[in-house]
Amino acid sequence: MDSRPSEAELAVKILVAGGFGAGKTTLVGSVSEMRPLRTEEQLTERSVGVDELTGVEQKRTTTVAMDFGRITLRTGLVLYLFGTPGQDRFWFMWDELSEGALGAVVLVDTRRLADCFASIDYFERRGLPFIIAVNTFEGGKNHTPDDIRVALDLDPDIPVINCDARSRESTRQVLITLMGHVMTAMARR
Amino acid sequence: MTGHEWLDEEAGPIVRPFTLTGGRTASGHPSGLDLMTLVVRTSEPVYGSLLLSPEHEAILRLAHSPLTVAEVAAELDLAVGVVKVLLGDLLADRHITMRRPAPVAQFPHPRIIEEVIHGLQAL
Repeated sequence: MDSRPSEAELAVKILVAGGFGAGKTTLVGSVSEMRPLRTEEQLTERSVGVDELTGVEQKRTTTVAMDFGRITLRTGLVLYLFGTPGQDRFWFMWDELSEGALGAVVLVDTRRLADCFASIDYFERRGLPFIIAVNTFEGGKNHTPDDIRVALDLDPDIPVINCDARSRESTRQVLITLMGHVMTAMARR
Repeated sequence: MTGHEWLDEEAGPIVRPFTLTGGRTASGHPSGLDLMTLVVRTSEPVYGSLLLSPEHEAILRLAHSPLTVAEVAAELDLAVGVVKVLLGDLLADRHITMRRPAPVAQFPHPRIIEEVIHGLQAL
């Protein structure tokens, strides 16, 4: 154990996903020191895959901004939150983002429930533990977690909780719930 | 389409971020850096061939203790790809060392998760 440096050695990575405008930025900002993270990605035209050998495909680079938050839990134990890009055209980035992630929060806006379907599909396929956090917007209808579970066709063991992404306390509770779920999911493997 | 090969209609100019790297989009050093790779400055003096740019210097100042590639990018407000190229330069001349991936992500131990939960509760 002597080879272990003392600082920032244990880094836990968590993803915050959800549709555009579901409150990802607010959630990450409410609990962590947040900064935007810019990355630049090659956009490849969708048709490229079929004739990759021609070598003439059009590739373009675009800059994508993500939310990035850091919470120091104790010396040497740091939690990193990555807000996934909301737009569909940045799906190709998710593989790098989810690499090494322990789990994910899927933030749901009940007024636009369908926006989170793609994230749920993705995490289910990758086998990445996730929970659903329903952001309770003012003026939005209050749905019970069970309503949401049925609407999203979720496995019964996936936690569904209400949250207020603006509230540090609420976001903290979301992260604690996720970690509890990660532990359960790991024990089952 | 804007009709201009250097422009992406939504993202603006596409070449500018890489001006800092002399136009290179990949470092000569195949590093395998990802967002969570930890980098840290080495303590030994370095006699490499690399001429340090202000951005290289800024990275070295930040990396006095281990930090992730994502943090370097966010702190310096540089795009991740640019930072990876600069870090590749620094790795090649052993100005920095890297560790990857972060151990928790690779071998999550229930005790670590418990620690995370306790840490969150104490926030």
